[in-house]
Amino acid sequence: MKSDPEYYDYWPYHNRPKIRWPDGKKMAFWVAPNIEFYELNPPVNPNRKAWPQPNPANQGYSIRDYGNRVGHIRQMELLDKYGIRGSISLSTALCEHHPEIIQMCKERNWEFFSHGIYNTRYTYGMSEQQEREMIKDSMETIFKHTGQKCAGYLAPALSHSERTLDLFAEVGTELFGNEGGIYTCDLFHDDQPTPIHLRSKKKFVSVPYSLEMNDTIAFAVNKMEPRRYGKMLQENFDRLYQEADESGTIMCIPTHNYQVSCPHRMKAYEQALDYITSHDDVWVTTGREIAEYYIQHYYDSSVADIKQKQIKFGGR
Amino acid sequence: MALDKEHLQYPQRSYGMDHNRYEWQMLAQQQAIVWPENKKLALWINVPLQFFPLDQKGIPFKVPGGMTMPYPDLRHYSLRDYGNRVGIYRLLKAFDKYKVTPTFAMNSELAKRTPYLLDVIKERQDEVICHGMHMDALHYGGQNIQEETALVAESLDTLRHLTKQNITGWLSPARNESENTPELLASNGIKYFCDWVNDDMPYQFNTQNGPLWAMPLSNELEDKFIIMDNLHSEDSYVEQICDACDFLSEEATTQGGRILALNIHPWMLGQPHRIAKLEKVLEYVTAQNIWSASASEILNCFTAQQSTK
Repeated sequence: MKSDPEYYDYWPYHNRPKIRWPDGKKMAFWVAPNIEFYELNPPVNPNRKAWPQPNPANQGYSIRDYGNRVGHIRQMELLDKYGIRGSISLSTALCEHHPEIIQMCKERNWEFFSHGIYNTRYTYGMSEQQEREMIKDSMETIFKHTGQKCAGYLAPALSHSERTLDLFAEVGTELFGNEGGIYTCDLFHDDQPTPIHLRSKKKFVSVPYSLEMNDTIAFAVNKMEPRRYGKMLQENFDRLYQEADESGTIMCIPTHNYQVSCPHRMKAYEQALDYITSHDDVWVTTGREIAEYYIQHYYDSSVADIKQKQIKFGGR
Repeated sequence: MALDKEHLQYPQRSYGMDHNRYEWQMLAQQQAIVWPENKKLALWINVPLQFFPLDQKGIPFKVPGGMTMPYPDLRHYSLRDYGNRVGIYRLLKAFDKYKVTPTFAMNSELAKRTPYLLDVIKERQDEVICHGMHMDALHYGGQNIQEETALVAESLDTLRHLTKQNITGWLSPARNESENTPELLASNGIKYFCDWVNDDMPYQFNTQNGPLWAMPLSNELEDKFIIMDNLHSEDSYVEQICDACDFLSEEATTQGGRILALNIHPWMLGQPHRIAKLEKVLEYVTAQNIWSASASEILNCFTAQQSTK
């Protein structure tokens, strides 16, 4: 085990090279609906149980199924209304289980990125070969069902190994060259993209995805009232919008259709989306588009800036 | 280091669900339902009437809302009992004031222990559904099937005998089930159960002993979930129910009738400082385009429209 994941260097949040997004927009905004499949009775990972109760865990299972049966279309219609294309964090087995959902997202030109195969299969305990196989399966599944060359990763149930990002980037290159495996949503250390160190030296970035704005964290972990969640989204936006005068920022709302799409939460969520998209200087985009634009325009200058500050101040 | 092979095998990875309990479908694509008088929402007020034994065994887990302290946990025992002595009568007054129809989910053990309360409910002629034997008699995965068979039969027999109603609805204590619970319910004359929370409308649930209907008793909108589990304020509870009511009403304009299901506990909303919040909810909801009905009435209205499917 390491005391530091060694993915990135210390890089202070000021005096960085100034970012401007396409058309000179100062802020990027993206919504990442997690569309997940939880298994009722998966093999039990020795490091983490999927459900607290013995099989059948009908309560935990069924509320997550609610997301697919009921919630998905609700959120999709809301995002349509505000001109937002979702960037889907996808349990890729959903392509097989619920192709209707995949079809609706394809029709809207939404992005699909890998969130593993099932959200009840954890990376913990996998050999490198097993994790590579799981990641490759997930990316191939997305390609087979959507034609998209998977660019991003959020590990299933945020379960990682020390090699997760390396493997994702390497499999992406193997399958799709530089178009595949270019960004991760697994790290929460910054409000701007960060170049990530990989053993392959591939150009790869962390795109801010935000645990704090994640509806499951807000509702299920932090037990937040729906209206307060809506207010928090607006406050998060306000500050990032203001700071973007200095250099481009990113706001992400990661969602789950079994949380935010419940009838008592939609109003507050809609108010936040309405507020955010009413601002002009916002690039409403997807995870892949942010990663690609950053790699093309700011990756090299960021790496140079990080290096120069390290030489001057030391540390890591 | 590696996981066993089965962790990278996916035997259920194909169209539909990963089990055969029900069909995969999306609510928005289901047939639009029309409620009586073309109301947008069916209001289902479900009131659990519960007995939490002081000598809680906690098998296989301590029931949420049950005893947490070393024996004798008088605080939780008596605070839950409060609901059946005091809180319920406040709730009944509120229901009558706003002319709404409650459905009572009763532990059979409570029906035995509180004949007065049972008489009050019988006199009202409200529907009673079975909430299992008591709150410490859980149904759970791995449970001995003879034990569970007896539990289902005894709780239903008792409740049918005492209420003189042909009980057709079921809510498991803590909504917890074993892998056999649906079969046992179907073979004991149950038509619908309320444990699964994956839809906002009823759907058919398969058992080896014939189908059940799953009725959508929202857990996320439950008083206990919002106020006790999430520690939200009572005012927020009111706001959340009103927001849900608005949202579902709006959805009903394009997708057909919806159900607003409120599961409310007498030991929670029946407190003096909370009852006004329930009244506020009822005042708001009853001013909307709603049909207040029992769980069975709602289900019957729904199933009567399924023949064309």
